[in-house]
Amino acid sequence: MDTLGAHRSPAKAFSAGRFADKNFKYLTIAPAVFLILLIGLFPLVYTLMVSFQNINMMEVDTSFSGLMNYEMLFEESRLWLSLGHTLIFTAIALPIELGLGLLMALLFLERLPGKQIFVALLVLPTMMSPIVAGAVWRLLFDNRYGPINQILGWIAGEPVTILWTINPDFVYPAILIAEVWQWTPFMFLILLAGLSNVDSAQTEAAEIDGAPYWLIFYKIIIPAIWPVMAIALLIRGLDLFRLFDVVYALTQGGPGTMTETISVYAYVQGFKQFETSFTGAIAFLVIIMLTVIVIYALKKMELVEK
Amino acid sequence: MTIEIRAQQIRKRQNRRNAMKMAGRYCLAIGITLVFIFPVYWLFSISFKTPDEIFHHPPVWFPESIQFDNYGVLFKDGDAITVWNSLVIATVSTVFAMFLGTIAAYSLARFKTGGQHLGIWIISQRMLPPIVIVFPIFLLYVWLGWVDTYHGLIILYTAFNLPYVIWMMRGYMEDIPIELEESALVDGCSRWEVLWKVVLPLARSGIFATAVFTFVFAWNDFIFALILSRTEVTTFPVQVTHYFGGQSNFWAKIAAMSVLGTIPIFIAVAIMQRFLVRGISMGAVKG
Repeated sequence: MDTLGAHRSPAKAFSAGRFADKNFKYLTIAPAVFLILLIGLFPLVYTLMVSFQNINMMEVDTSFSGLMNYEMLFEESRLWLSLGHTLIFTAIALPIELGLGLLMALLFLERLPGKQIFVALLVLPTMMSPIVAGAVWRLLFDNRYGPINQILGWIAGEPVTILWTINPDFVYPAILIAEVWQWTPFMFLILLAGLSNVDSAQTEAAEIDGAPYWLIFYKIIIPAIWPVMAIALLIRGLDLFRLFDVVYALTQGGPGTMTETISVYAYVQGFKQFETSFTGAIAFLVIIMLTVIVIYALKKMELVEK
Repeated sequence: MTIEIRAQQIRKRQNRRNAMKMAGRYCLAIGITLVFIFPVYWLFSISFKTPDEIFHHPPVWFPESIQFDNYGVLFKDGDAITVWNSLVIATVSTVFAMFLGTIAAYSLARFKTGGQHLGIWIISQRMLPPIVIVFPIFLLYVWLGWVDTYHGLIILYTAFNLPYVIWMMRGYMEDIPIELEESALVDGCSRWEVLWKVVLPLARSGIFATAVFTFVFAWNDFIFALILSRTEVTTFPVQVTHYFGGQSNFWAKIAAMSVLGTIPIFIAVAIMQRFLVRGISMGAVKG
């Protein structure tokens, strides 16, 4: 980069100011990279190390114990169930958030007086702490003093006493409702911005040619907002994969382990049962899976070149 | 009937139809917004209710009077200190993350340090689930004696938010024309002076927006604080969950504490309007 320095006398080149200028690009990035290694590389290496040992509440055995913990992973059905629960939450919440967000974005796309105020109000759930969102829904879902059952009672015409956070039939809807409530506005905001940037000349031309709206929507609008939509789906998909706060607030993974997600399961193993080495193996498995999923998703969405 | 009158009639009918459509869209917009805002309203209303109103069947939709007893209890019991803890930890970690992240972003934006891969590697660090990060960090902190300390949480939040800051600030800095920096260099400024005196003032609004988002992430976090705090540095989200449990008579505390923790978010949203979309989409949409 800086070849000028080579022509100067060595004494001058080694003065503090010259050194700082010459290596400026490395000096500025080094502290950040160092800190990110603390959460990027260190967990990877340390987790891998721990997972080959045998540390739990009873004993601290740091000798190499081979693939024992990884073999246990395959026998532990609770792990695979929690992975299944995580996928169910993701598979249901993601399309609903996308669909609702898109419909809302279309509604707000055209001129609407006071749009800014609507947007500011709608974005509040997304910006709130997820644990607070969970707490709010805990209060809303209460079978006796909560307003949800009351409103449902008006609709049904008879008292409704659903135990939202306990009844196995309702825990999934309860968590999904809270999740969709919090994150649909996220999709809405991003898609609204994406739609606003669509070239209106193209859609108008198609309209004049007599193309029906749904055709314009599929052939012009969706491809135009696809890059934005893909990013939003990726961000939300990864968020859903780590789903923890709302489940912790509403059901703590219950009843039994019915709503346990992979994050909740890892938390219980690591910090309630103190199965340190086994949790290391879980964490490493999650890292591997996520890496594969992300690379696959990025390629599939054609966001990075193959 | 002349053509002109006919055209006028059509226009009038169209205007009427447009007005009807607008009214319909307006009603729909208000309805949707009410649905999304109702839970927030309910949270606030409970925090102002008396115990009788909270545990009333059927639910009381509007509190009789606004009273602050539920908040008073939080301050009297000392639970409100957790909001202070959150404030200290989120603020200090934001300052560190912004400083380190902004200079690193400048290096990436201007010198393409590390090529494309370093940038991708940095942002990919944000994709790991927090539980995977915090588990080994917890073991490390136990060894260092950093569990339940301010600096333990501050360092972790700084590190965790750095990828976001770097990613966002790189985007904002790439928007700045390079010519100004070049002329400053010709004038004899050092690299550091150029960054400090030319680039940072120009990136002001981007720095501000990114800082607010970074603060919100640290403020809202639950899982790191849950695992790395005990009693000394409990943050407000962790305190909220302490009120859960079987006994439902802590509702007032849940609501009041949640409101205290949500007010800064309201302020953030209010001052951030212009940068909201860019901030939450990680710079993917310039909005």
